[in-house]
Amino acid sequence: MTGVGEEAMDVDLKSLGFRVEERRTLASGSDELLINMGPQHPSTHGVLRLLLRTDGEEIQEAVPFMGYLHRCAEKIGENVPYDTYTPYTDRLDYLSSMNNNWAWAMTVEKLAGIEVPQRAEYIRVIVAELNRIASHLVMVGTYGLDLGAFTPFLLTFREREEILDILEEISGGRLCYGYIRIGGVTDDITPTFATKCRAFLRQYVSKLDAINELLSYNRIFIRRTANVGPLSAEKAIACGCTGPILRASGVDWDLRRDEPYSIYDKFDWNVCVGKGEKGQLGDTWDRYMVRVREMYECVKICEQALEGIPEGPFRAKVPRNFKPPAGECYFRAENPRGELAFYVVSDGSKRPVRVKVRGPSFCNLSVVQELSRNMLVSDFVAVVGSFDLVMGEVDR
Amino acid sequence: MNQEAKAGEPKPPVINNSMRFRTEEAFPVLKSHFGDAVRSLSDTRPDRHILVRPGFLPEICKFLRDDPDWQCNMLHCVTGLDQAETLAVVYHLFSMPKRHFVVLKTEVLRDSPMVPTLAHIWPSADWLERETFDLFGIVFEGHPDLRRILLPDEWIGHPLRKDYEMPTHEKLRELGL
Repeated sequence: MTGVGEEAMDVDLKSLGFRVEERRTLASGSDELLINMGPQHPSTHGVLRLLLRTDGEEIQEAVPFMGYLHRCAEKIGENVPYDTYTPYTDRLDYLSSMNNNWAWAMTVEKLAGIEVPQRAEYIRVIVAELNRIASHLVMVGTYGLDLGAFTPFLLTFREREEILDILEEISGGRLCYGYIRIGGVTDDITPTFATKCRAFLRQYVSKLDAINELLSYNRIFIRRTANVGPLSAEKAIACGCTGPILRASGVDWDLRRDEPYSIYDKFDWNVCVGKGEKGQLGDTWDRYMVRVREMYECVKICEQALEGIPEGPFRAKVPRNFKPPAGECYFRAENPRGELAFYVVSDGSKRPVRVKVRGPSFCNLSVVQELSRNMLVSDFVAVVGSFDLVMGEVDR
Repeated sequence: MNQEAKAGEPKPPVINNSMRFRTEEAFPVLKSHFGDAVRSLSDTRPDRHILVRPGFLPEICKFLRDDPDWQCNMLHCVTGLDQAETLAVVYHLFSMPKRHFVVLKTEVLRDSPMVPTLAHIWPSADWLERETFDLFGIVFEGHPDLRRILLPDEWIGHPLRKDYEMPTHEKLRELGL
């Protein structure tokens, strides 16, 4: 059935970035249409390409294509010394660099058996939780933007700016910090750090309430997000979803409480779980709200850590020519987007034999295809946004 | 607090070892159930793994998922490894109700790297295996949709193999990449 017109159409499709075989999957004689969403679509927050097979306004299927941001992070890991890899971990999930640095540092510390000074642990918790707030603020702000609410975006980015200022003061960076190193942190906190942190946290909760009023309990916002794209707990676990996505589906699971690494067992805080208040359990509103509530908990952890921070060294002695013993090691940590895990194989030399990055967004993204079935295109934007994907981590 | 923490000594980690690995306990259980299919328990540190024959991998995994003692309901990670003569795939199985990890490893020949898929046991294996196929060229038999995932479809070779040679810019231009 391929006439001249068909071939011309194939050429057109090719120039638009479609593969001809993809077009062939369309049922003949139907009203189905292939639409390319991304890789530059604003709601994909990066370079994710989704190929939508639509029938009118309804999506039959959405197939994700990744790799636009592939920077060979794992190959680089095999070619640089352990400490030199820290800045590369910054660029995995670039919205939560501190947490990435920390996960990498803990993996290597576990491999080499390095004990971290208590002061360093407290500093790590404070900066990681501040970074978690900053990361969730980006999600909340841009999610509102995706759904047509502009004001919360300005509010959240103003707050995030203050966190970036605080983190800049101790690390020198505003996005990629490289602050948490193997054995501790790069430098001690500045004398004004604790005061600035406290001042920020004190006023922050009221700002968060304002965001809640503006966006979370806004009637239009609830109508756009409740009952959209519900993800069941079984499905979430089987697909390897972690972090807020898993908790929103009603699974009471947070590594910071259930597998307390570092000093998280010393703090008093709650794990936020989706309850399906506005609609079905695990819908996009739940996924959004889990993050907002987590920010309140981050404030609690930060305040307690600031209270208990002891004096002492901020970094263990790690030799300049650092060579961990031969072996293999897997370690995971709770990042803003889920469980970031590193698998490292060492042969006792300066460089790892293999570094595997298990990015949480990668596994979280894999359920999108299934959720997309029989969904309106505009609802799909709400679903993709609620997954808070960072493509740096998916493509690595 | 020990302020003179020494690095590089082969002592067990003092902190941040919150993950519970039960690979050692799993080994005799799997050995009694599957016999020769389970080859050996490694003595690597700090984590150990069980070496299994690739053909029996789905059965072993199904057992670890369904057995009430193990309940590994999540496939946390799939990793490819280049070990010079052989290629290997490492599986990190996690049980949320029991809160433990079991690490399995399987080795295949470089020339015909075929491993049965686990996508029908855990859906998360789908993309993780596609990634391993993309970067190592390990073929997962029975996988529903084994395509490249990170690299372009036209890419030649599998970059995380140790003998991979980076194509020159001219070569890339030829391929239209």
